[in-house]
Amino acid sequence: MPQLLLELFSEEIPARMQAQAARDLERMARDKLAAEGFLPEALKTFAGPRRLTLVAEGVPVAQADRHEEVKGPKVGAPEQALEGFLRKNGLAREQLIERDGVYFAHLHRHGRATPQIVAEIVESIVRTFPWPKSMVSGTSKLRWVRPLKRILCVFDREVVPFEIEGIRSGDVTEGHRFMGSGQPFQARDFDEYQDGLARTFVVLDAEERKERIMDAARTLCFARNFELVEDEGLLDEVAGLAEWPTPVMGDMDPAFLDLPPEVIRTSMRVHQRYFAVRDPATGFLVPHFVTVANIEAKDGGATIAKGNAKVLSARLNDARFFWNEDLSKTLESRLEKLKGVTFHAKLGTMFDRVERITALARDLAPFVRPDGITTQKAEQAARLAKADLVSGMVGEFPELQGIMGGYYAEKEGLDPEVVDAIRLHYRPQGPSDAVPVSSVAATVALADKLDTLVSFFNIGEKPTGSKDPFALRRSALGVIRILLQTRTRLPLRKFASDDLLAFFADRLKVLLREQGQRHDLVDAVFALGDDDLVRIVSRVDHLDRFLATEDGKNLLAGYKRAVNILRAEEKKGPLPAGEPTDMAGAPPEESGLINAVGHAEIELGKALDREDFEAAMRELAALRASVDAFFDKVLVNSDVSAERDNRLRLLVKVRDAMGRVADFSQVTG
Amino acid sequence: MTDKPLTFQGLILKLHEYWSQQGCVILQPYDVEVGAGTLNPATVLRALGPKPWRVAYVQPSRRPADGRYGENPNRLHQHHQYQIILKPNPENLQELYLGSLKAIGIDPMLHDIRFVEDDWENPTVGAWGLGWEVWCDGMEITQYTYFQQVGGLDVSPVAGELTIGLERLSLYLQDKDSVYDLQFNDDFTYGDVFLANEQQFSAFELDVADVATFKRQFEDMERMVPEILNSRGRQGQQLVLPAYDHVLKASHLFNIMDARGAIAVAERQSYIGRIRDLCKKCAEAYVAQQTEAA
Repeated sequence: MPQLLLELFSEEIPARMQAQAARDLERMARDKLAAEGFLPEALKTFAGPRRLTLVAEGVPVAQADRHEEVKGPKVGAPEQALEGFLRKNGLAREQLIERDGVYFAHLHRHGRATPQIVAEIVESIVRTFPWPKSMVSGTSKLRWVRPLKRILCVFDREVVPFEIEGIRSGDVTEGHRFMGSGQPFQARDFDEYQDGLARTFVVLDAEERKERIMDAARTLCFARNFELVEDEGLLDEVAGLAEWPTPVMGDMDPAFLDLPPEVIRTSMRVHQRYFAVRDPATGFLVPHFVTVANIEAKDGGATIAKGNAKVLSARLNDARFFWNEDLSKTLESRLEKLKGVTFHAKLGTMFDRVERITALARDLAPFVRPDGITTQKAEQAARLAKADLVSGMVGEFPELQGIMGGYYAEKEGLDPEVVDAIRLHYRPQGPSDAVPVSSVAATVALADKLDTLVSFFNIGEKPTGSKDPFALRRSALGVIRILLQTRTRLPLRKFASDDLLAFFADRLKVLLREQGQRHDLVDAVFALGDDDLVRIVSRVDHLDRFLATEDGKNLLAGYKRAVNILRAEEKKGPLPAGEPTDMAGAPPEESGLINAVGHAEIELGKALDREDFEAAMRELAALRASVDAFFDKVLVNSDVSAERDNRLRLLVKVRDAMGRVADFSQVTG
Repeated sequence: MTDKPLTFQGLILKLHEYWSQQGCVILQPYDVEVGAGTLNPATVLRALGPKPWRVAYVQPSRRPADGRYGENPNRLHQHHQYQIILKPNPENLQELYLGSLKAIGIDPMLHDIRFVEDDWENPTVGAWGLGWEVWCDGMEITQYTYFQQVGGLDVSPVAGELTIGLERLSLYLQDKDSVYDLQFNDDFTYGDVFLANEQQFSAFELDVADVATFKRQFEDMERMVPEILNSRGRQGQQLVLPAYDHVLKASHLFNIMDARGAIAVAERQSYIGRIRDLCKKCAEAYVAQQTEAA
């Protein structure tokens, strides 16, 4: 079946937007084709520096004829409604059919020729494409990410004719800006298109461009016994900056190797988009870099390497200037300057924040590790943790915050634990980032995040839906991970409002769900009012395991049965108060359950007091047989009201005893 | 690259010749201190309104805070920007630009030329646009922008703006490390021409300038802009052009106060906002004038 090929050729598309643009093009084309009744056998899109391309295989030459019945107004509806319906569908009144008091119309739509539909679809895609930022140019009204130059659109080897804001569709495109022949070429199908691009030095597929870069870069390194420092984000970007990506290795003045490796790498990556190179034996950087050019230069890249090296030297000279300047001042002496840095209009300056974090660190430290020395070091680290924000280097490379502070603290000869805490206190910054576990670093990291959370919750800046501008979810997750990993028993309620506590519960659920655990159990445990995350998670763990056993499942069923009965009774009036008694003549299963629950109550209490959830679950398990037997043999709703009341009291006691472990009514399934 | 690299003035002459052939008016630098070639009324004002415009000029650009007493090899209190405006931007502006690189001896089969996303904005004149930094072997040699707004107003037609830092490009072409070693022409170096300026103006702008005076002058300028706009010329028109000169003066006075460290962080935004408001008034008056005329 015929093929559709579309290329939107423009000036250079920002690298960071290309992958999403390919996805958007695919989604829009699929949806719009489907809306016209087309389901291509295959549809693929590509994005590169100058082009978005779509190829769809197996699109029929015309739409199938469509028959459909459309429901109209009711018989007797106002005249305008009927006229509107007829006008909308291009019908006359005698074509309507009356059924069950409603007008229906039978529409027969002749399938239209595919090119006509494609022309409409392309126009609608071009005019509504969701670029993050778009622009107009010259006198054109057309919005695109950068000026749109050509549209190649062929279906079944024929040009699909249309014109959008003066751009006429055709079967012509062009290759590499410099290495191509400079002459546009014709392509009537995807094979011709790909051949043409290959001939004119364009790699269409982003994945192929990445492979080409990695292969060549590794080879360059390998030849000199080096190793490329791989960087996924950088690779994505440089693959979007060149149509014929060609790695070139350049040299760096070895004197710069005395700068911290993070500084060299960041300067290379952020300013220059270079890959760093290291010695595979030691892991240390070597004085070289790999840049990814867009041409295979006629001198083999010597000029490019030399030019890039010169630029890098200038950059690293700047970095060295900052490094030396920064080292001439202590972190302590920078605090004054934080008073001039606004953290948030409603939350004061960065200095105010430092004071809050310091106070928090002092309060938190005893929970992390109850010795005076941890508190003292945590306070010192918290006080200095933000000082690097006003250093020259962090001004230049904000992503080095914390890391630079650590270096400066080290050079000042501060205590190693304090140095570590300054360096690591932003962690964990993502789900895969490591958690600081030493007590001083963990304390400061907790204080940093708790201050963020408490402060923004205080001014009503809570995340809503997809909006979380202050990354509060990440902060909450960080707090949870640090507490759990360091097994810090923190009464969160002392630090967090009810709102914030609920927010933590939500984040904990998300975390447990990601770890493949049941998250309904978090609600069941949180409902008890506990605010110690370590205890909560331990309880959830044990509960989860218990509910997976036969005893657990049956006991839960029994619990639900008991609660249902109690709920139904509660509707009629208050439940009978007091303790159940072992009544004369009661069935043995009733007496048995009274004994069992009485025993369980005492033992559960003891187990929970020592936080021995294993034992608590054992007590619950022991209860199961008695509960089952009771429901099996005993009718709660006895005709004798004394019997019924006694049995209801018994069920209340079972519910309450179990309720000390978790709110089982929140457990699903 | 040609065997003998272009001198500093040779570079300017080549660019003049090339852009003159593209129909640009070759204008002399504007005679009010500006911080960037964009601020020249030949760009900011001419980018507004419906009339076509093509211009190229060198603009000495004063950045008092960047002064280094002539002691830093590439930081200057005043550098030179080569500025090109084509309005409406022709469809082949990228090709024209690449042609200019060839004209000054940059061979795109030898050097790695790339267009790297960079969205330009200048909050003091309420202007922004989309475009790129153009890289040559990893060095930014040109800011390439399609203006979208100027003076807070949407522009139509759109002007394409090319801004080239001449000292930086010259360092590259001449393969020198210090601007002061650049050959200005065959006989004089850049240092011969400008070192004394850098030494004296840096000292003045960073250490000597009397902030109280500059503050007072700033306030004078701020007051005068609306007064000038309220006056009328012989032909009954608003005096937009002189008014805009006073916006430029205000902007430069602010830059000097800033270089003297006299602007607190909290005040900065407010100063920038005040200049932007003045600029917006001029922009609106200019557009009204152009639209009337057209």
